[in-house]
Amino acid sequence: MKRAFGLMATSALVAMSFAANVQAQNVEVLHWWTSGGEAAALNVLKQDLESKGISWQDMPVAGGGGEAAMTVLRARVTAGNAPTAVQMLGFDIQDWANEGALGNLNDVAAAEGWDDVVPGALQNFSKNGGNWVAAPVNVHSTNWVWINKAALDAAGGKAPTTWDELVAVMDAMKANGITPLGHGGQAWQEATIFDAVVLSMGNDFYQASMIDLDPDALGGDTMVEVFDRMAKLRSYVDDNFSGRDWNLASAMVINGEAGMQMMGDWAKGEFLKAGQVAEEDFVCIRFPGTQGSVTFNSDQFAMFDVGMDNDSQKQMASSVMNPTFQSAFNVVKGSVPARTDVPNDDFGYCGKKGMADLAEANANGSLFGSMAHGHAAPASVKNAVYDVVTAHFNGEMSSEEAAEELAAAVADAM
Amino acid sequence: MKSQLQAWLPRIVLAPSFLLILLFVYGFIAYTGYLSLSDSRMLPSYGWVGFANYDRLFGLRHWKTALNNLWIFGLLYIGICTALGLFLAILLDQKIRGEGFIRPIYLYPMALSFIVTGTAWKWFLDPGIGLESIMHNWGWSSFDFDWIKNRNYAIYTVVIAAVWQSSGFVMAMFLAGLRGVDSEIIKAAQIDGAQSWRIYWRVIIPMMRPVFLSSFVVLAHLAIKAYDLVIALTGGGPGRATELPSTFMYSYTFTRNQMGVGASAAIIMLIMIFSIIVPYIYSELRSEKRS
Amino acid sequence: MSQSRSTQSSNRRVWLRALLYAVLLVFVVYYLLPLYVMLVNSFKPLDEIRGGNMLALPDLWTLEPWKAAWSSAQIGVQPTGLKPYFFNSIMMVVPAVALSTLLGAVNGYVLTKWQFPGHGLIFAMILLACFIPFQIVLIPMARVLGILGLAGSTPGLVLVHLVYGLGFTTLFFRNYYAAFPTELVRAAQMDGANFFQVFWRILLPSSGPIIVVTVIWQFTNIWNDFLFGASFADFDSIPMTVALNNLVNSSTGVKEYNVHFAGAILAALPTLVVYVVSGRYFVRGLMAGAVKG
Repeated sequence: MKRAFGLMATSALVAMSFAANVQAQNVEVLHWWTSGGEAAALNVLKQDLESKGISWQDMPVAGGGGEAAMTVLRARVTAGNAPTAVQMLGFDIQDWANEGALGNLNDVAAAEGWDDVVPGALQNFSKNGGNWVAAPVNVHSTNWVWINKAALDAAGGKAPTTWDELVAVMDAMKANGITPLGHGGQAWQEATIFDAVVLSMGNDFYQASMIDLDPDALGGDTMVEVFDRMAKLRSYVDDNFSGRDWNLASAMVINGEAGMQMMGDWAKGEFLKAGQVAEEDFVCIRFPGTQGSVTFNSDQFAMFDVGMDNDSQKQMASSVMNPTFQSAFNVVKGSVPARTDVPNDDFGYCGKKGMADLAEANANGSLFGSMAHGHAAPASVKNAVYDVVTAHFNGEMSSEEAAEELAAAVADAM
Repeated sequence: MKSQLQAWLPRIVLAPSFLLILLFVYGFIAYTGYLSLSDSRMLPSYGWVGFANYDRLFGLRHWKTALNNLWIFGLLYIGICTALGLFLAILLDQKIRGEGFIRPIYLYPMALSFIVTGTAWKWFLDPGIGLESIMHNWGWSSFDFDWIKNRNYAIYTVVIAAVWQSSGFVMAMFLAGLRGVDSEIIKAAQIDGAQSWRIYWRVIIPMMRPVFLSSFVVLAHLAIKAYDLVIALTGGGPGRATELPSTFMYSYTFTRNQMGVGASAAIIMLIMIFSIIVPYIYSELRSEKRS
Repeated sequence: MSQSRSTQSSNRRVWLRALLYAVLLVFVVYYLLPLYVMLVNSFKPLDEIRGGNMLALPDLWTLEPWKAAWSSAQIGVQPTGLKPYFFNSIMMVVPAVALSTLLGAVNGYVLTKWQFPGHGLIFAMILLACFIPFQIVLIPMARVLGILGLAGSTPGLVLVHLVYGLGFTTLFFRNYYAAFPTELVRAAQMDGANFFQVFWRILLPSSGPIIVVTVIWQFTNIWNDFLFGASFADFDSIPMTVALNNLVNSSTGVKEYNVHFAGAILAALPTLVVYVVSGRYFVRGLMAGAVKG
């Protein structure tokens, strides 16, 4: 690999000598934030950098929650033409760092004291071998449930806090003639619910099964119970769920066609955009049984090794970590800041709740990377989990078979 | 000396294309073959692992699904497109008024990228908002069309959308072929008193042999590369029911960080493709030489 | 054929004609349906799409989605719409189509009129290149482009499209020239015309129809390519399809379907125009040779 990179470096030099607009003070940023709100939020960062005289070269590639961008990145790195900064999730950062492709941000991290303000669970991804290689932008938490207030009131009015209460509410919604669970049948959406159900079996179980990948936990009785609950949830979904985009499922909840949706905090944007008000039109709660715990995924900007002169890169990392940017960006994005010392004044009801939950989970050691979103295990394991969860959800196997298959598939993917 | 150069000139002129193909196609295939025997995960790496990736590949349930789907999809897609294209071409060849209006309508889907027509199809096939609900609104309440949501039938919806995209193109090829048929031959057959469907069946369609070859090449190429279509329409679902080797390969190589397995899938797929196409092309080129 | 029918069967003939037109019309509907869905919904405000029937005409017609898709939708950090990427695509498509067509023509010429031992094998090898799945070429191609210093540039993209278009362009021209009378070529040679003169003066002037076919085919394929465009382009050479994908496939944002459909039609406009305008020549071109053996 070393020799390959040597070769790439040479070719990169050749490439650079041909490129007309390469100056010291610019950053090329590969990302997949192309929807209106996201891109507008990122524009804040761009303007901040431009005010420091650093020009922003935009390289957006959307698709598949970053999958398309990661493919492009591989082509770019192989060609010796890596972007300066790349939006990345979880294990991808570690994988690239292990390939020796990332730069080093230790100076700026030390100067600004990142170690003290970034939650430890995030640092596991932002640092490699003790060195900062990425600047975290946000924390999305994934174990949320979004409930239509009117539908909840009609079903008893009390937000569920346990599995049994959840089932009771859903039964009541079903009796009221609506679809209790608005859901989109795509592997990642099913895995998002799966994460929450696993977490509701206890923090230790989540740690053992999803993070330590303990075969006994993956194939054991508790996991069978998890799959039974998934099957139960499946029974509250309408027949037409498969392939539906998550935001259409949100729309079902907004229209009152469905009672609730289990989805990460980005769903909040759909509700707000439809003119809904938290606590009046919709309710945001943690998945019943996971109060006090948070599963997260975090977008970070990984900085690629661009040689000695990485001043603009450090400037960018510094701007990303700036509390003002963290607040401005995350208010728009629906996520919460990646540092715990950002004031919550600009956030809405659910945002404030999310920030408080994050701080609490961080303090109690109950902040876990989300399996569904690539922060619990590497991509190969994640996709193996997807395969089993989605196959079971679509009725291809029983819960016992699913647990067995899960243990086997994970072992096979490692 | 000059004639020497003249003799070699054709080869010299052909050489750049040939070398490009040699490197960028056959060289890359060889490289992929090598990767399939290596321990590559995220980026290429050159640790030798023998046939372990192939072992693993054939242990995967989705790979079998993907292969099955390629057979179903490929046969139906090529078969239906060819039949429909020929049928429509024969209809359009009956001195139709408004041919100039109809032809581009049949042809235009080929011009669109599936990144978005996939969305239109997805809506249309969706029982909640598409055809089924429209039929229900019109009072045909027993109408049932939920294939896209059914893992046993979803692959057929991919065929429907794919046929929509390319059958018009095949139609144009056959139409051109029909227009090229010598009208004397048809007249002679008519004088013999043959009915027109018989003339088509016995005389004209057999003359379309080169068109069958060209359309087969075009369709087979599109079937193998069908990727956007599946991603836009079903995302490989429900579950993994509409996975094709192309989507499988992409996901193992690029999103699952198992490049070795992805490469071995590519090699198996190439072997399959070549084992069908090489004999076909060979026999066609031979029969062409004979005639 | 119909003229030769006798008048007794004219009743039956009228009936058959009616059936014929009916069948043709059914297929017109089948082919137009998705375009209709896209068009109708591109003129609706988003709320109407969410709530309504996808086949219904808009209650409230609006041009906003079209304006947004062209000039103000968020593609990247700045709300530029698809406009700037249009030019990038043109810069890539034109040379790639021109070069691959030219090379295809020369190859077809050599493979039919200057056959040498092994020409069949070479043709078969070039033809087989049509079937290589693009997913496997991504990584090695990136490496080669890097070595050539063409990574992330428009010339690099042109090279990639040139290479993977050669199979088809060679196939088209070879089949066309195979039907071209070899006697004319021999006669010109007798008159002292050399290799290039024969090509330039005899074959090329009569290649109009097949050039149309090849250009349409190549233009469509290259214009619509996403995988290569995304992987081998730089921030300043991103083609239209990648921009469209960014518009349509954003992951965690609100999906504005009306803008997506408008954008899709805008992105397809050049190919649509090419098809509609040259449709007549297209069939003529196919007729003239692409489908002949």
